[in-house]
Amino acid sequence: VTAYQFVVNGTAAEVDVPGMRRLLDVLREDLALTGTKEGCGEGECGACTVLVDGAPVDSCLVPICQVGGADVRTVEGLAPVAGDLDALQQAFLVTGGAQCGICTPGMLMAARAYLDAGGGPDDGAIRESIAGNLCRCTGYTKIVEAIAMAASSGSPA
Amino acid sequence: MTTRTEPASPLVVPPATTVPGRARPAAPLRREGPEKLTGTALYTDDIVVPGAWYGATVRSTDAHATFDALDLDPDFDWSKVVVVTAADIPGDNIVSSIKADQPILVPVGGEIQHHAEPLALIAAPDRATLREARHRAKPRTTKLPAVFDPAASDHVFASYSIDLGDPDAAFGAADHVIEGEYRVGHQEQLYIENNAMIAVPTDGGGVTVTGSLQCPYYLHEALKRGLGLDDQAARVIQAETGGGFGGKEEFPSVIGLHAALLARKAQKPVRMIYDRHEDIAATTKRHPAIVRHRTGVTRDGKLIAQDIEVVMDGGAYCTLTPVVLSRGTIHAGGPYRCPNVRIRARATRTNTPPNGAFRGFGAPQTEFAAETHLNRIAERLGISPLDIRRRNVYQPGDTTPTGQILRDSVAGEEVLERAAEAAEFSRIRERTGDARRGRAGSGSVPGSALRTERDRTASGIGIALAWHGAGFTGSGEIKLASVASLELTAEGRVRILTGSTEMGQGTKTIFPQLVADALGVPEADVEIAPQDTAYVPDSGPTVASRTAMVVGGLLIKAALRLRDRVEVETGHPFAEGAAAYARDHGATRIDQQFEPYPGGTPFDDTTYTGDAYPAFGWAACVARVDVDLDTGEVDVRDVVAADDVGRVIHPVLAEGQVEGGTLQAVGYATIEEIKLRDGRYLNDRLATYIIPTALDAPRIETILVEAPFAGAPHGAKGVGELPMDVGAPAVVAAIADATGVWVTDLPASPERILAALADRPAAAGLRPAESEPARELAS
Repeated sequence: VTAYQFVVNGTAAEVDVPGMRRLLDVLREDLALTGTKEGCGEGECGACTVLVDGAPVDSCLVPICQVGGADVRTVEGLAPVAGDLDALQQAFLVTGGAQCGICTPGMLMAARAYLDAGGGPDDGAIRESIAGNLCRCTGYTKIVEAIAMAASSGSPA
Repeated sequence: MTTRTEPASPLVVPPATTVPGRARPAAPLRREGPEKLTGTALYTDDIVVPGAWYGATVRSTDAHATFDALDLDPDFDWSKVVVVTAADIPGDNIVSSIKADQPILVPVGGEIQHHAEPLALIAAPDRATLREARHRAKPRTTKLPAVFDPAASDHVFASYSIDLGDPDAAFGAADHVIEGEYRVGHQEQLYIENNAMIAVPTDGGGVTVTGSLQCPYYLHEALKRGLGLDDQAARVIQAETGGGFGGKEEFPSVIGLHAALLARKAQKPVRMIYDRHEDIAATTKRHPAIVRHRTGVTRDGKLIAQDIEVVMDGGAYCTLTPVVLSRGTIHAGGPYRCPNVRIRARATRTNTPPNGAFRGFGAPQTEFAAETHLNRIAERLGISPLDIRRRNVYQPGDTTPTGQILRDSVAGEEVLERAAEAAEFSRIRERTGDARRGRAGSGSVPGSALRTERDRTASGIGIALAWHGAGFTGSGEIKLASVASLELTAEGRVRILTGSTEMGQGTKTIFPQLVADALGVPEADVEIAPQDTAYVPDSGPTVASRTAMVVGGLLIKAALRLRDRVEVETGHPFAEGAAAYARDHGATRIDQQFEPYPGGTPFDDTTYTGDAYPAFGWAACVARVDVDLDTGEVDVRDVVAADDVGRVIHPVLAEGQVEGGTLQAVGYATIEEIKLRDGRYLNDRLATYIIPTALDAPRIETILVEAPFAGAPHGAKGVGELPMDVGAPAVVAAIADATGVWVTDLPASPERILAALADRPAAAGLRPAESEPARELAS
């Protein structure tokens, strides 16, 4: 067992766990960041999407040993002030992009990566960017609208 | 996307604070939205319970067998874990439901009826020990012959007959008699949050179960019966629920009972959290069905006789099958006037996992058949699919096969015209038809390397229409006798108490909205009590698109009573008088119980006659597809959905229901399929059971139509299930328009489309009427 050090939502973290422990379990169980969800455990649904060094990854497929030294961002780190909403979250709230909410954290992280990479309000490009994130409630219409709204408003990273 | 909302009809009694003709206040934002968007909403697996153990289920690997013994490996230290078998069940070994046929656990010596059936339970203090223990507990069984064909099964869970007029005489008088057979398979609800429960033992032998569920009082009843508990000792709390779609209607009774039994024996809190594989392998699906139609029509396309046979596959246990079949039966003819109807429907037992509730509840199966059959009749007669619907769609005053006279809120024609117009159905269909006929003469050979993208891509447009009975079927609502309560607290706050759950559809947003409107207070001043059986009454299950219509209606009535009481007593409007009233009288609670809607003929469950529903919702769908003629791949490009929901309470949430339901229907039509071998689901993972992604999803335009239901104070009829009934037949019709061939078994997979094309090499250019005799089999 080795200790792994990394940064989560701007704060230094250290966990002393087996190297093959899933990043998802480290976040949810060792760091009590339960905003990241498990939907399938095999990289199909995207509910566990987090950003590792800015790239969206399925945290159920990433062993913690690959995260040492990395910068990890989860849904809890989206809003600049805890309890507040950033422009993307606000757009989801206004358009109705969240229904049951279980895919929402992963969807937000995939969308955040898209916006941070300079993505615009183009429908096809937005759909491409969230193609790895399944939603069963919305038909995606309002999710795409929300991301387009955030892209148009020049949402800060 | 665009949404058009009809102005509210003056027929509806406006809520007390709404001036007719004045714009309604802007709809509130989703109440629990901020928690969901920041990751602070607590779903079951997010809840930390110190000292909790982990639970797992030992399941059968046979479809039908005797359960001879549970062999526990003597090399394992079983004192580290807790094992529960049927012998440990203190109450009835029955999962409480319509029939008492499903055991909580199969007893040793008993009969296993399906693959993945629960045989024993294990709980351990950590996951590694649990895995090890489960690996070392081996059921011993003796295989028995199994039944997999619902049509061949002689064990009938339920059967219904509907008779109207004299179909046999009418067939003799028909210009054409057209037959067809349609098959639909299983569909998985695929909520993104798997089934999950946490049970905590309480002093005095009780148990509190917190979980992902739609119907707290279903599980409450199941716990009372299975554990022999009274109303207080059994307690159920709904956690934030990550989607249900019917999949968390009755199944939570199974996993909830399992968690409770483990917690009781271990005297520890126990977490039962399914992974996706277990959730797909072991939980309920939409019922497969075989539907046969024989239809007599006049040469101008008027329906004069329908003879319909429905067979549904119930799976190994009854669950809610009789009511699923009932809804499927009543909707089997489609939303069309026909004076002579015979419907024979039955649901039988097979040795497959039990099927259960899923959005639409029997209607998507039979309405797929009805709509596809009608489209093929139109094709045979050379009438446009739009015109044949115009000629037959129910109008006010028409009689349904159960003898129900449709008095008001009849909007089939309106949704049809609105969808057709918005989608430019007739104009586009002319174009796609020309292209199809042109391709037939082009000599382009399927699969040839010389084919251009343009040669191989065929576009098509299709239309379908559906009705969906609002609320419970028949005498269901009267039997439920639901209660919704409203409290003016001693502090002068207004609090809603109902058992109706939020699973994404918006209960927690629209209830305060309705109550605030009726009381004349801001929506933010109305709070909502948690869905906890210790506090809230049984408002009936959160199913059947009944929450907004039925429970919402009860809350409005309760609010008007409370308002009246406060205003009479204080002489002030409620908003001004409530605080003083609360100070003088303390907490005031109004319990409002369901009363039958006025008018109509009561439904007779024995003869299947009378008013099957207080009202119907109406939905039309136009779909546009591109089909790759070489690969059979379908791209559903655009959908226009027009849905009559009675009265729109919250446009954003209502659109969300239509869009989400439409995509589930598109998945049902094109890619969602469970494959079985020897009664086992083969594709029991998300890698193999696929649902539409954002790239598969069409652009969806929603048109909300309002034909208010006069029996409810707010005119609402429900929305959730409507779009599920109509999407699949529209997509299949569009595929037929593109290719010239009909796929009659869902899903219309590339394999089925290619097979249909291969059967009829010239199909792309030929209309069936030109290639076949004018009577008998539609094909």
